[in-house]
Amino acid sequence: MQTSVNKNLTHLKRGESGVLDRIELPEADARRLMELGFLPGHSITPAHSAPFGGDPRVFRVDGSEIALRSETAQHLILRP
Amino acid sequence: MADCHADSVATLPAPGPGEVHHVVAIIGPPNAGKSTLFNRLTGMRQKVANFPGVTVEHHLGKVRLESGRELHAIDLPGIYSLEPRTDDERVTHDVLLGKMPGLTKPDAVLLVLDSTNLGRHLMLAAPVLSLGLPTLVILNMSDDLSRRGGSLDVAALSAQLGAPVAMTSAKTGEGFEKVLQFLSGTSSAGRVKPMMQLPVLQNVPSCRKWATDVGAKGRYRAPAPPIWTRRLDDIFLHKVWGPVIFAMVVIAVFQAIFSWATPLMDGVSAAIEASGAWLGTQISNPLLKSLVVDGIWSGVGSVLVFLPQILLLFFFIGILEDSGYLARAAMIADRTMSRVGLQGKSFIPLLSAYACAVPAIMATRTIENKRDRIATILIAPFMTCSARLPVYALIINAFIPDRPLVGVFLSTRTAMMLGLYILGFLAAVLTARLLKSTILKSGRSAFMLEMPPYRWPTAQSIGLRLLDRAKVFLQRAGTVILAIAIVLWVLANLPLNNGNPPEIAQSIAGSIGHFVEPVIRPLGFNWKIGIGLITSLAAREVIVGTLGTIYGIEGTSSEVGLQQALQSDLTLGGAVALLIFFAFAMQCMSTSAVVRRETGSWKWPAIQFAYMTIFAYASAFLANKIVTALWS
Repeated sequence: MQTSVNKNLTHLKRGESGVLDRIELPEADARRLMELGFLPGHSITPAHSAPFGGDPRVFRVDGSEIALRSETAQHLILRP
Repeated sequence: MADCHADSVATLPAPGPGEVHHVVAIIGPPNAGKSTLFNRLTGMRQKVANFPGVTVEHHLGKVRLESGRELHAIDLPGIYSLEPRTDDERVTHDVLLGKMPGLTKPDAVLLVLDSTNLGRHLMLAAPVLSLGLPTLVILNMSDDLSRRGGSLDVAALSAQLGAPVAMTSAKTGEGFEKVLQFLSGTSSAGRVKPMMQLPVLQNVPSCRKWATDVGAKGRYRAPAPPIWTRRLDDIFLHKVWGPVIFAMVVIAVFQAIFSWATPLMDGVSAAIEASGAWLGTQISNPLLKSLVVDGIWSGVGSVLVFLPQILLLFFFIGILEDSGYLARAAMIADRTMSRVGLQGKSFIPLLSAYACAVPAIMATRTIENKRDRIATILIAPFMTCSARLPVYALIINAFIPDRPLVGVFLSTRTAMMLGLYILGFLAAVLTARLLKSTILKSGRSAFMLEMPPYRWPTAQSIGLRLLDRAKVFLQRAGTVILAIAIVLWVLANLPLNNGNPPEIAQSIAGSIGHFVEPVIRPLGFNWKIGIGLITSLAAREVIVGTLGTIYGIEGTSSEVGLQQALQSDLTLGGAVALLIFFAFAMQCMSTSAVVRRETGSWKWPAIQFAYMTIFAYASAFLANKIVTALWS
């Protein structure tokens, strides 16, 4: 199953921002992400990415900076 | 589930007759400054770091109020919610509900939040205020907030929450009197009902919405983004400079502990020798003099020499942690760590393990995935802890001539030392791979790491941390190592021969050494090293004192004397084998005890001990054979 209709966090370019729609991850992971600020409706801006391949990447959300691996970030779906 | 009747009591009432002490719990999200506040309140040493979740155990301290009354304060792990999902949250949850064995339910709560990130941090206030305990909401980092143009109305916010609010800067001590007022029960505020009802359904979205509403009514104006943090991240997380700086930091730390520590260590060594010699002149009984000078003084002293080096290492780790750089290092290291099946969060415990495996294993509690956590615990003792340094330093100084390799930056001895560090790291990586592809296979868990703003490390925080480390080290020197030194002296001096101590070979220690000699002979070790290996099962550095005693009894006592004695007693092959053996073997009672505690059974420490011992024996055997074949 592909979520090709909607963009996810990994599709955001530097300087671009998007609004979170939903998190397609198990309950425990989704809850921790929400506690860190990744709540539906919040705006997310990507910042620095780690050297050698750009994974993980820092995202600015709700006043904090959180690093996520792309394997996690791809399950955070943005509003169209 | 919360209900809206849970009013908060404004101050902590004085204990009734018969009550002993009030207990105050300090809680809050990671990086809100809880530990700094705790230090200020209690003046007691406690680990404080600028990395999410470094406080993994609760710490107790006493607060002395102006009235002379004493309170007990508990510093709890940083948490994002009260749902007991991770071990950290479970600890906090259990303490707050009075379910923690041995701890009474707290009488009051100090909820410490970061005022520069109030929207998110205030979420935690909903479940905490629902507990109904007297709570002071502390909005910390007030200096940061105003510097970055943020503001809020304390009285309005307090009315919304129905709890007293204090703006503080734990770093400068600003607003601190309000905390003390609350604790003394002298605050003027009475019992109030919150204007803003607590969220009925306490899921994350509703708590977050509640936090926004409370913030808006409390006229919270969020501060501008931290410009300096962003500027510094442009450098430290730069595609090219990031890894270069990362490598430079690691190398600088190592060079500092191995080269710059030398004069300090020489100073301590000279002081111990001089005081030992003086002590010798004060005791007339030859047997007693031997026990005090050769047994206790040189045994404990040979370990004390390494205090400056250990403190220097903890000084650097402290600065990296408190400044916020360590979180960036974890991010840079994550990709490499994920190759062996681990994650960036394992990097912090593993880096701490270079100082000591015990705090490192305790720091693994921040790893939410159980299997990742056990894998990190099992490989942590392969990292070159500071207890190996005395052994490495002794052997390297005795067998490797000091020559420059790359100018002033790298000498043969530093290179050898670095090589041993890399060897330990490689053994850890190999073992991690092995574990993660067999018994500890797991799906990759979501990796989330908060990047705290960069902050200046404070002298107080670093100082308290060093004091803490020195205390632990001296305690060990004064108990375990002292006891072993005495036992060893007795074993080396009995049975008495016509009232005189026997030759070391005829003593009880000598017999034990000779008994194990056939087993260690293939590694190139003689019976004297055998005695050292047995005593070092308690703690690695003990072997230095043991060898000091054994050779000291034969006539030499100084550090140089010990090196010369070893040179005539060990081949180069045996010396390298000894280094390799110490790099891989699990010789530390404290580590086994903490692994048992953290994993809940003897199964893991037993597997760890067996695996590392076999690994060490086989590698030392090979090293002896190879070096002997090449150099003789």
